Amino acid sequence: MAEIKINCLGETCPIPLVETRKAIRKALPGDIIEITGDHPASKKEIPMAVQEMGLELLEVKGDGGTWTIRIRR
Amino acid sequence: MADKITIVLHSGDMDKVYSALIIANGALSMGMEASIFFTFWGLQRLKKGGLDKGPLSKMHMLGLGKWMVKNRMKKVNVASLDRMLTDFKELGGKILACDMTMEIMGIKKEDLREDLISDYCAVGTFVLEAKNSKVSLFI
Repeated sequence: MAEIKINCLGETCPIPLVETRKAIRKALPGDIIEITGDHPASKKEIPMAVQEMGLELLEVKGDGGTWTIRIRR
Repeated sequence: MADKITIVLHSGDMDKVYSALIIANGALSMGMEASIFFTFWGLQRLKKGGLDKGPLSKMHMLGLGKWMVKNRMKKVNVASLDRMLTDFKELGGKILACDMTMEIMGIKKEDLREDLISDYCAVGTFVLEAKNSKVSLFI
């Protein structure tokens, strides 16, 4: 089981969402994907996408600027 | 019906090309399928070196407005159209080129970014794609 980390600091719409999707496509079932960013809307929308795709949202961390989201494929 | 979005990109205005690609990339990122039908002025943007050439739909002001908007976009770190198109393809998005536009405007296949185009087609293909999509937009 691998852990994939993506850095989206400074990136704006739609890049954090797109980079998350790219990582999900490359990951194997069971792999963990960790995205770090600071685009406010993406913090809400990445969990929405995770739910739409029926994946497991492990954690949403960080208030204020920088956030980290963990997903299991 | 498939979880799919089909977009007609009729406009070649820079801001509208952005809208189409952002929405389509968003849909792909949410786990949907997506296709964009490039027609008329939209197809002009698929010419080699043509992606960034469109004017702004409003406040173009002989290029001054576009220059200002592009500067603002750079500050906010908005991705380039080229990157958005590459991401769209990488996430499995489909690009359809309108062959009637090619005839009307005298555009040959070799004038276009053939590496990006999934198919050259007419209205029937679009109608079938749209019929099988939950969302279809005309931009």
